[in-house]
Amino acid sequence: MLHEETWNNDPQLHGKVGRFIGSLKQCKELQMQVMTASPRGLELELPYSNTIVGNIDSGVIHGGAITTLMDTASGGSVLCCLPELELCPTLDLRVDYMRTAMPGQPIFARAVCYRITTTIIFTRCEAFQRSPLKPIAHCVATFMRIGREASPQWFWDQIEGKADDSPLPQGGEE
Amino acid sequence: MSELNRILCKSRECGDYNLLLNSIPYANSLGVYCKQFGNEVVFALPKREQNLGNPILPAIHGGVIGGFMEIAAAFHLMIFLETDALPKIVDFSLDYLRAGLYRETFAECELTRQGKRVANVNVTAWQTKKTDPIALARAHFLFSRDENQS
Repeated sequence: MLHEETWNNDPQLHGKVGRFIGSLKQCKELQMQVMTASPRGLELELPYSNTIVGNIDSGVIHGGAITTLMDTASGGSVLCCLPELELCPTLDLRVDYMRTAMPGQPIFARAVCYRITTTIIFTRCEAFQRSPLKPIAHCVATFMRIGREASPQWFWDQIEGKADDSPLPQGGEE
Repeated sequence: MSELNRILCKSRECGDYNLLLNSIPYANSLGVYCKQFGNEVVFALPKREQNLGNPILPAIHGGVIGGFMEIAAAFHLMIFLETDALPKIVDFSLDYLRAGLYRETFAECELTRQGKRVANVNVTAWQTKKTDPIALARAHFLFSRDENQS
C-alpha cells in the first residue's frame, strides 16, 4: 500500500516537479504544492479554499478539484520515476471516491508509477487528509510516452531551472 | 430548508439551472454554465486562462475537463430526475481522446441506468464537433436518502 512507504525528499527532483506544477495555470489557481518528491513517487498538497467548494451547505470540496489534484500527482509522479524528464499525456483515469472530505482541511495526494513500459506508464494515487490510513479517494491512470523531443527545449530549460528569469512564452490560440 | 435546496427550488421554478451552477463555488471558478433545449441540456466550459494545464499547446488541465464532466453529470441527474439533493459521486472513469485546446468546451450526458439508489451516467465532451469528442466519461452516483446528509 502507498501509505506504508516512506519517501525521502530529493531536493533537485522537488525543484523540477515544483517548477513543472507551477507552469500549470490551474494548479497555481488551486495553490497546489509539492510536499515530497522522490524517485519512488510524489506527494502533493491541495489547500482548502472556499473557491473549490462543491456543497455550499457542508463546505465540502468538489470531487472535480480532487480529480485535478490526483491527475496532477499521477502525472508528476511520472516525472519523478523516469530517468529523464518526459511529458506524458494522460490516456485515462479512474477515480473512486471512498469518503467525504472534511471541510476546512487540506487534501494530500500520494502517487506512484507501478509499471513503466516503453510506451505506457501505469500510476496509482491515494488522496487523504489527516491520516493516510483513511483515504478519501483512490485513482489509477495511464500515461502515454511521446518522448522528450515532443516538447520544446525552452520548456525543459524552465523545468530544469535553467531559465528561472525568463517567463513562460505565452501560448498561441490553438 | 438548506441553502442548496432553496436555490434548487428557485432554479426549478424559473427553469434556469444556471442559478444553482453559479451558487456552487467550484462550478463558478471553472465558469461552467448550461443551456436547455427542450428536453436536452448542454453544459459549457468557457475559454479561461486559469483552467489551463499544459503550457506548450496550451491545453486545458485534464483535471478541469474531469471536474467539468463531473459537474455536468451531477446536474444532468438533478435536472432530469428531480432529486432534492446533490447526488453523491461514487466513481468516475475518464478517457482522454484528444487534447482539450484553449477554447470553449461542451458536454452532454446520458443517463444509462437509474436504480433506486444508484445511477449510471455517460458524459461526452467536445470542442468543435460532438462527433469528435475530446473526452468520454462514465460515473456512478448515489442518491442520499437524507437530504441533510453531507
